[in-house]
Amino acid sequence: MFLGMMLTSYRIEKQNCLVLHLLSLPDILLPCACQVVLSLLLHGLLLRSMGEEEGLHQTPFLDTMFVRGLKRKCFDGEEDIEGTLAGIKAIPSYNLQRQSLLDMSLVKLQLCHMLVEPNLCRSVLIANTVRQIQEEMTQDGTWQMINTQSTGQASLDRLVSTDILCRSSRDQAEGKHVPAYGTFNKDFENDQAQDSSDTMSTASAVQAPRNLQSSVWEMENPQENKGNFQKSLDQIFETLENKSPNSVEDLFSEVDNSYYDLDTMLTGMMSNTKMGHCDSLETFSSSTNTASNSNCKSDLNDLDHIVEILVES
Amino acid sequence: MTPGFGSLMQDVLWCFSQVKGTIDAGVAESDIISTVEFNHTGELLATGDKGGRVVIFQREQESKNQPHRRGEYNVYSTFQSHEPEFDYLKSLEIEEKINKIRWLPQQNAAYFLLSTNDKTVKLWKVSERDKRPEGYNLKDEDGRLRDPSMITVLRVPVLRPMDLMVEATPRRVFANAHTYHINSISVNSDYETYMSADDLRINLWNFEITNQSFNIVDIKPANMEELTEVITAAEFHPHHCNTFVYSSSKGTIRLCDMRTAALCDRHAKFFEEPEDPSNRSFFSEIISSISDVKFSHSGRYIMTRDYLTVKVWDLNMENRPIETYQVHDYLRSKLCSLYENDCIFDKFECVWNGSDSVIMTGSYNNFFRMFDRNTKRDVTLEASRENSKPRAILKPRKVCVGGKRRKDEISVDSLDFSKKILHTAWHPSENIIAVAATNNLYIFQDKVN
Repeated sequence: MFLGMMLTSYRIEKQNCLVLHLLSLPDILLPCACQVVLSLLLHGLLLRSMGEEEGLHQTPFLDTMFVRGLKRKCFDGEEDIEGTLAGIKAIPSYNLQRQSLLDMSLVKLQLCHMLVEPNLCRSVLIANTVRQIQEEMTQDGTWQMINTQSTGQASLDRLVSTDILCRSSRDQAEGKHVPAYGTFNKDFENDQAQDSSDTMSTASAVQAPRNLQSSVWEMENPQENKGNFQKSLDQIFETLENKSPNSVEDLFSEVDNSYYDLDTMLTGMMSNTKMGHCDSLETFSSSTNTASNSNCKSDLNDLDHIVEILVES
Repeated sequence: MTPGFGSLMQDVLWCFSQVKGTIDAGVAESDIISTVEFNHTGELLATGDKGGRVVIFQREQESKNQPHRRGEYNVYSTFQSHEPEFDYLKSLEIEEKINKIRWLPQQNAAYFLLSTNDKTVKLWKVSERDKRPEGYNLKDEDGRLRDPSMITVLRVPVLRPMDLMVEATPRRVFANAHTYHINSISVNSDYETYMSADDLRINLWNFEITNQSFNIVDIKPANMEELTEVITAAEFHPHHCNTFVYSSSKGTIRLCDMRTAALCDRHAKFFEEPEDPSNRSFFSEIISSISDVKFSHSGRYIMTRDYLTVKVWDLNMENRPIETYQVHDYLRSKLCSLYENDCIFDKFECVWNGSDSVIMTGSYNNFFRMFDRNTKRDVTLEASRENSKPRAILKPRKVCVGGKRRKDEISVDSLDFSKKILHTAWHPSENIIAVAATNNLYIFQDKVN
């Protein structure tokens, strides 16, 4: 619990905006006994949303959630920039609204996930809304235009509005599902694997002329988006089902393994967070730092489990 | 008194009768009323609350010396129906909140009702006692056993009158049959069975048997990832014991016939209205999700409530409702914020009047709406303390939609979305309505000259 609180408070400082936004949702939070517990839950939840199996990008997820909110605000004032990019989106405000609706829905789904027994009707309706938005984003195909544009010209303008690029990558990532949408759920795993490699190559192609700083963001986003959307849906459905005895066993074995080395992990995690986007840098360069980063990854992974245990206990 | 059914809106002036519950500004969560139901004669009115309590009001006899006071409802019995529980297997708290109450038709001096929380249905017997036996041979007046050696004569016990006592006793507990949250219970017209519906399944019970039930509907997919639809409400036909309907989160209603198969996987009828493309938005599905379904007393029609409308369907026409009434269409432009603050998931209920000619349902800002099916007139009324003087006539309220706001109109932006009327009830034969507004129960009657 203490560990969790430490972690959480640290996160809260950093992610103040996001957490506050979440806290402002009234009804769902009633079951929570206190805000510490809530933020702890939230923390575990956001971490978990990035997925345990890959153990990738826990920090970037939070950061981009945060930054994206900021960027959206800036973006409003920069519509002419978008205009100069020659009709990237037909109706920017509509896309903006759709995006914020998607964000809101995902947050709601995550909060459903917090509860042992969420209101099923509500979660199903929200999940369907997310599906619907995803389907529309897939169908409107605007990502192609952006993609051609961004590879064609590498101007400073676009470094400013990385948001556009992030979105293009997102749309692109989702665009991959177009042919397979009917069998979306079934082929999800295969798609995902194929998808990530595709996105990766495109993204690095896009970034080539730019500096490291901006490419960090762009690298994160395709990952984050996929993680964000797919994981959240997966998780929601997981929670809807009863937990299998296996997973409980796993949980307990994790407790034994991880508790004796708490300090190491904690420091590892802290330094990692301060360093910033170590995983994404790794993904970007994809050759260096493999050893240290794999440590960092596994630490984060373990940490994730601990938080999960704390959350569930 | 003539109820004036038929052209009700023209003739009926609704006036305040009573309000129950505290006036305090702070509302305890446990006092919030979660269901309201008249019994079949209208003599009793039951409410359930989030604290698991059931309060039953009884209508007092009209007195000749106070003709203006028509039978008021006074507390008859209060009891704790459900307690908070803890499911140790799932590590889950089970709320005591009463989701629904249904009365059984009265068959003897006692009253029976079903009450349910998320998981467990209970059958309660409410009975009166105004006499008590006295003069037992083996025990004294306090119930202590008497020393046999002291008993020298035998006597016949007698019943002596005493103060009226109303007792509520749990007669049956129907537990452990629902994995998901129970949203509806409905007593069958055979009076021997009832059903309970949760998000994914409907079970059929016999009143006498608590350890088994029959699963009559199961829409749980083998893989929960494929789940896109849930059951939102279910009800038996008022006369045909083999027929029932259930509504879904996709805005459809299925009518099932239990004679065809034990598991009603296949519906007999499927009621669905094609979507209006002009009103399409991301919220289309959410607002079309049905929050309540009710058969008319005649059994000919079904009424459904979704977020913005209430619809009447003819059992003989499946492709569209015969009537659609807008409850608060001015909220259509506010759906995004209503989604953000979760109001869009509020479950409004709806009721018929005794002759099926008028329907009533709730809205926000303590407003509730009535629609006369014959005259097509509608009215918005408010349940408020402000005009809760005895016999005060309820003034129709108007919500201003854009443009200039007239003096007595309320602008959409000043509506209070925390004051919602989800639960209402209509007396089975008279113009008496009960309206639950948070922790207060309002009773309104028509004005008699």
